[in-house]
Amino acid sequence: MTVPSPGPATTVADDAPDAGAALDVPDARPGRLPGRRHEALYFALRNPKVVGAAVVILGLALLGLVGPLFADHGPNDYAGPTMQPPSGEFWFGTTMFGQDVWVQFVAGLRSTFLVGVLGSVVAGVIGMTIGFVAGFRGGWVDELLTMLTNVVLVIPGFVVLIVINTYLGVRSVPMQALYIGLFSWPWVARAVRAQTFSLRAREFVDLARLSGVPTRTIIVREVAPNMYSYLFMTFVLLFGGAILTAASLDFIGLGPTNAVSLGLMMNQAVQWSALHLGMWWWFVPPGLGITLLVGALYVMNVGLDEVFNPKLREM
Amino acid sequence: MLELVDVHKVYRVGTFGTGTVHAVRGVSFDVQPGEVVSLIGESGSGKSTIGRMVLRLANATSGSIRFDGTDVVSLRHRGLRDYYRHAQGVFQDPFSSYNPIFKVDRTFETLRRSYFPQDTGAAWDERVADAVHSVGLVPGEVLGKFPHQLSGGQLQRLLVARALLLDLRLLVADEIISMLDASTRIDVLNLLGDLKARGLGILFVTHDLSLGNYVSDKVVILHQGRVVERGPTAAVFADPRHPYTRTLLASVPQLDRRWEDVEAEEERRSAALGDECLYHARVDGADAHDLGLVEVAPGHLVGCFRDGADDACPGVRAPVAG
Repeated sequence: MTVPSPGPATTVADDAPDAGAALDVPDARPGRLPGRRHEALYFALRNPKVVGAAVVILGLALLGLVGPLFADHGPNDYAGPTMQPPSGEFWFGTTMFGQDVWVQFVAGLRSTFLVGVLGSVVAGVIGMTIGFVAGFRGGWVDELLTMLTNVVLVIPGFVVLIVINTYLGVRSVPMQALYIGLFSWPWVARAVRAQTFSLRAREFVDLARLSGVPTRTIIVREVAPNMYSYLFMTFVLLFGGAILTAASLDFIGLGPTNAVSLGLMMNQAVQWSALHLGMWWWFVPPGLGITLLVGALYVMNVGLDEVFNPKLREM
Repeated sequence: MLELVDVHKVYRVGTFGTGTVHAVRGVSFDVQPGEVVSLIGESGSGKSTIGRMVLRLANATSGSIRFDGTDVVSLRHRGLRDYYRHAQGVFQDPFSSYNPIFKVDRTFETLRRSYFPQDTGAAWDERVADAVHSVGLVPGEVLGKFPHQLSGGQLQRLLVARALLLDLRLLVADEIISMLDASTRIDVLNLLGDLKARGLGILFVTHDLSLGNYVSDKVVILHQGRVVERGPTAAVFADPRHPYTRTLLASVPQLDRRWEDVEAEEERRSAALGDECLYHARVDGADAHDLGLVEVAPGHLVGCFRDGADDACPGVRAPVAG
């Protein structure tokens, strides 16, 4: 492939609407112009915030995924002597009852990621669907959906979750994630609706209509791709939010009854006065795990902002 | 071919849709094959709304828009898709007419998916290349590029090429020149001339009088949503009857006349016209209609001389005095 030499007819407009896309990005193959997605990847891999956060998140995910496979006993089994500080045999020590804190930690990471993924997917799908439909349809559909969004938005979500968990009882991690997702979508819907409103008025949407393309296809193929960066960051934030909410619920004793999670570990540590007994190894790992994970997610969000928004790039 | 009869558009505004804006009032005109009709008016005159209603991007509140006898307003899914085979539009802002994150080829691909799902591969590529060629572009120079890598003129011509892939008979060109550099304007204008020669009907929406004069066979002058004057371009431009049309023409700077002279002449003319109204002078009170037009010369129609759409006619004296 060669670059066609610019003849008199190919005067490239100076007032290209998106100067960010016109940035000179090096590309391996000459003559091939880098696309938006390549460009995002190029800047993402050079952004220390994104790379650092990704390393932390992926590391913890790997730990949660692989760790339990190497444990020779379950997280709630009484594996050894009680109240042991970290040692070669029990890396993170043991609890008041002789459970292995390391095994509990990796199992807890697993359920924390599960809550994060399921919660953010449930909230993301509901929020995006309502936002896209309300923003694109407009009129009374929009009024109705916006009303619903606002109603759910003003409901104090955490209180409702406490009530639900108390009365219905949460048996499993997926159920907890589902409840969390059902109450954290409204701000997604509002933001997506606002963005869709502005994109709907663009002329390429009219041209898609003139091509006989049905509404649903226009949303998926024309409107949503312009918001990929935003939607991606939404998932990152929802992920962190779901983890925090789940940990809070677990900590106050409203977590799943048949599972291990980082929040539940802290709940038990507090219940059995680990702090007063000086058993720091019981509550520091789960607390640090949650802090690291959620902190990394927010740092990643800031980093992605810089990647997708050329004005924030420090270069 | 295209026929608008007494088309109205009322927008609901305000929080609960309580207020209304009457954007288009009783507009009627027609477009024949091989004919360029210019809709001329200032911003807010309803000209773009008419273009959008013809393309069914907006719904007319009342009145009928007919294309070869079928009512465009009532078309639904399948019927609308078939209508778009024959009627297409090109819009004002070439940069917003393309999805900025995709290459320009995608606009052809969208069309192919919708209308020619069986045509794939080399045969389709060749058709696209032919269409691009026919609008005076070199396929190798424009295809496979992102919108921001091309000029506005190239993008507009690519949109015309897109429309030409269909069995095109009517093109709505909504201010397609206004955002282009002077150097690329002429290419697009000449392209419209070619299309006209091929028998297409073109509805040319513009605020630029000289462009309207340059390309069109007939002009429709709009003011505050109503037609104040329409007729063959030569007749309207040589002998404008409606005060608004005259003001519009007088406001175009001319190479050989100074502004003061034009102003003075307009003053004299307005004084001479006084409080007359050609329409209400010729049409009897009983037959007169707010939005009516009267034929002053073959094909040349003029409406009531009032300025604002809701004003009283300057020519009508109080009935008791008459």
